[in-house]
Amino acid sequence: MNVELKNIHKHFGKVHANKGINLNIPSGTIQGILGENGAGKSTLMKILSGFIQADLGSEIILDGKPVIIDSPADAIHHGVGMLHQDPLDFPPMRILDNFLLGHSGGLFPNRTTVARDFKLLAEQFDFSLDPDSYVDALTVGERQQLEIIRLLWLGARILILDEPTTGISASQKSKLFATLTKLAGQGMTIIFVSHKLEDVEHLCNQVAVLRAGELVGETKPPYITSKLVEMMFGKVITLGERQATQAGEVVLSLKNISLEDVRLKIKNVGLEIRAGEVIGLAGMEGSGQGMFIRACAGLTRPVGGRIRLNGRDLTGKSYHTFKRAGVNFLPAARLEEGLVPGLNLTDHFILAEEPKGVFIDRAAGQKLAEERIQSFNIRGTPLSTVESLSGGNQQRAELALLQSPLSLVLLEHPTRGLDIESVIYIWSKLKERCRQGASIIFISSDLEEILQYSDRLLVFFSGKVSQPIDAGATSVEELGQLIGGKGWADMGDEHA
Amino acid sequence: MLKGRFGGFFFQLIALLLAFGVVSLILISVDASPADAYKNMFTGSFGSLRKFAEVLVAFVPLLLVTAGLLVTFSSGLWNIGVEGQVVLGAITTTWVFRYFLESDLPPALIIILAILGGMVGGAIWASFTGLLKVFGGVNEIFGGLGLNFVSTALTIYLIFGPWKRPGVASMSGTVPFPDEFSLPLLADLRISPWALGIALAGIVLVYFILQGTYFGLRLKAVGKNFRAAYLLGIPTWQYSMYSFLICGALAGAAGAVQVAAVYHRLIPSISSGYGYLGLMVAMLINYQAIWAVPVALFFAALNIGSIQLPILMKLDSSLSGVLQGILVLFVLLAEGVRQRFAKKA
Repeated sequence: MNVELKNIHKHFGKVHANKGINLNIPSGTIQGILGENGAGKSTLMKILSGFIQADLGSEIILDGKPVIIDSPADAIHHGVGMLHQDPLDFPPMRILDNFLLGHSGGLFPNRTTVARDFKLLAEQFDFSLDPDSYVDALTVGERQQLEIIRLLWLGARILILDEPTTGISASQKSKLFATLTKLAGQGMTIIFVSHKLEDVEHLCNQVAVLRAGELVGETKPPYITSKLVEMMFGKVITLGERQATQAGEVVLSLKNISLEDVRLKIKNVGLEIRAGEVIGLAGMEGSGQGMFIRACAGLTRPVGGRIRLNGRDLTGKSYHTFKRAGVNFLPAARLEEGLVPGLNLTDHFILAEEPKGVFIDRAAGQKLAEERIQSFNIRGTPLSTVESLSGGNQQRAELALLQSPLSLVLLEHPTRGLDIESVIYIWSKLKERCRQGASIIFISSDLEEILQYSDRLLVFFSGKVSQPIDAGATSVEELGQLIGGKGWADMGDEHA
Repeated sequence: MLKGRFGGFFFQLIALLLAFGVVSLILISVDASPADAYKNMFTGSFGSLRKFAEVLVAFVPLLLVTAGLLVTFSSGLWNIGVEGQVVLGAITTTWVFRYFLESDLPPALIIILAILGGMVGGAIWASFTGLLKVFGGVNEIFGGLGLNFVSTALTIYLIFGPWKRPGVASMSGTVPFPDEFSLPLLADLRISPWALGIALAGIVLVYFILQGTYFGLRLKAVGKNFRAAYLLGIPTWQYSMYSFLICGALAGAAGAVQVAAVYHRLIPSISSGYGYLGLMVAMLINYQAIWAVPVALFFAALNIGSIQLPILMKLDSSLSGVLQGILVLFVLLAEGVRQRFAKKA
């Protein structure tokens, strides 16, 4: 099926997520979509698959006919099926029941014919799926296979895959690629969304790159990696003068740390961080850096290795023990994890302090709040609820909640979505902490921020962790390659 | 004008009018006069001192339960099990009285012990729901509901089993306790000023816990955002347990009062549904302790006032329940509408 996207615009409030995207995908093509986090890939794919609707004036044309897709069910009706990064299936159910869901086949589905269809499809692609086993027993790769044949069975002629190679084994990946190539050969249109340069270069007939909501380029093979990276991350901007900090005593020492979740395994990471040092963690979202920073906070228990803080072994201890030892963690999801919606700033500052007695001294709390609001330049009053603050002010409030003294500050995306003024302000506050002897580890998807503010950095890719890289000795270009999974062999000495 | 405190009041007033409107329609549909019904309910509850005393008898357990529920609601927990906690309070109080039936201790001391026992019993029963939630991953609504059924079964078992009346066991309950085991009542009335005092002390205590203490602020933080509260250093599951214990103790006190000041024995329906009614009051007052007294009194008055309806108008006394239920629904609805307005504005 030919897909034509014309002048796709999408606003979320003030955010312009898709800015007039035009894209033609002829039948039988495997189209790669590249872009960093927040580039607008997901928005575009959600529009095509009916999860969200584009702004007025945008057009989707399938086989020459303009269509309006207003729900995922409607999308599959038009032949558009989407495979989500986290498979949208129902783990406690049998495979066959899952297969049946979404099928509008009357009240009583004919299980025998469905089972036969299922078997035929599975055989065709050499998937070994038992229709009577339960979904929660499957690996991510198998769940993907189930979802692919389910979408095909529902009549999908366009298949959208969102980061399909994350969390699946190498053999499953080659099987997936074989399947996709075969489907394209049969005239299916495949849209392959990824940040993994290698996969995209290997599989796709043509590639489109998005950046900041715009389609910045389209290429066909042979692909030039450096050009793709440049398109993804934009022109390298010359950085301001970096401030080197003189490092002191070892604050955090990680020895052979291994971490695991359902998706990723990180093996044998070793790292020593000194007082005053800033470590940036780079990588596409979900490459393992989140798990790593949570392990440093005691929120995720490592499956192997030791964590020491100021010489004290804290391996396996809870976050509260870490916190008492001087570790603070500021999560990215400010209103979900960092702050308590419904409580005001004064309440927050009181909560963050050690209780003095039983009764709260409201007047003292109010005074404390006024001081912090002034010194952290928060636009709000002591009685403002946190959800009424803007994102930048919420972030300042989180910083104002940091305890004193502090050995280690862990931050997830400390400046995501903030205006430049807030970014500079927040980093000035963080650097102040460094001068007082705290170390900082932070995650950011903004490579310039990482290069600007960190002393050393680690790159994460699918659970692989690089050796610490001196931030002064690398570039956006080199980092971009590493993040996309290129150039790891040259380093030779990565941890995994 | 639709914003802020006054806006909230405005919407609640509309909800109140709508609730009475719908109940009036129901009454008209069965050929009864709404005006007469409301008038009879009013005189049935405030018409005489004796009737008002009855209202207070219902008000005491309702207020205690509401006070407890304010604590669990603040920590984000739906303590449906409060009904069973009232029952267990009554059972433990009965057990303490029975234990001291033959003793020489001063009756006042025994009454105090019995009421404290009831509070402990309610708290222990609540802790089961809490433990199931914290360590077993059982949602407190399911755990509490299950334990409610167990508590009812336990009451029936005790009344017809180990604690049965000599001779023949009956639904009328266990053997009444001697008069000296009763909380002192006002002359000629069924209300005990002591019970009233306990209830008011309960709500005042809860008000201060929630308004002015670190403990209360932490409870609220846990209730509004469990995850963020944990990251702020609050021992979250412990606080969930504390709130279950406090609510259980207050519900247990309600059960204890039912035994020590109202029925003077254990009867099968000792909780009289005050647990569930308390949930409605707590929802209606939007979890603000300051409104608990007037609203609980209003609900108690509806309950008592409707007792006369079958005799006077051949209407079922469950009309009060219908009115209470519809009122809560409309108030919640009005709150939803108000938030929508607030968002748009």
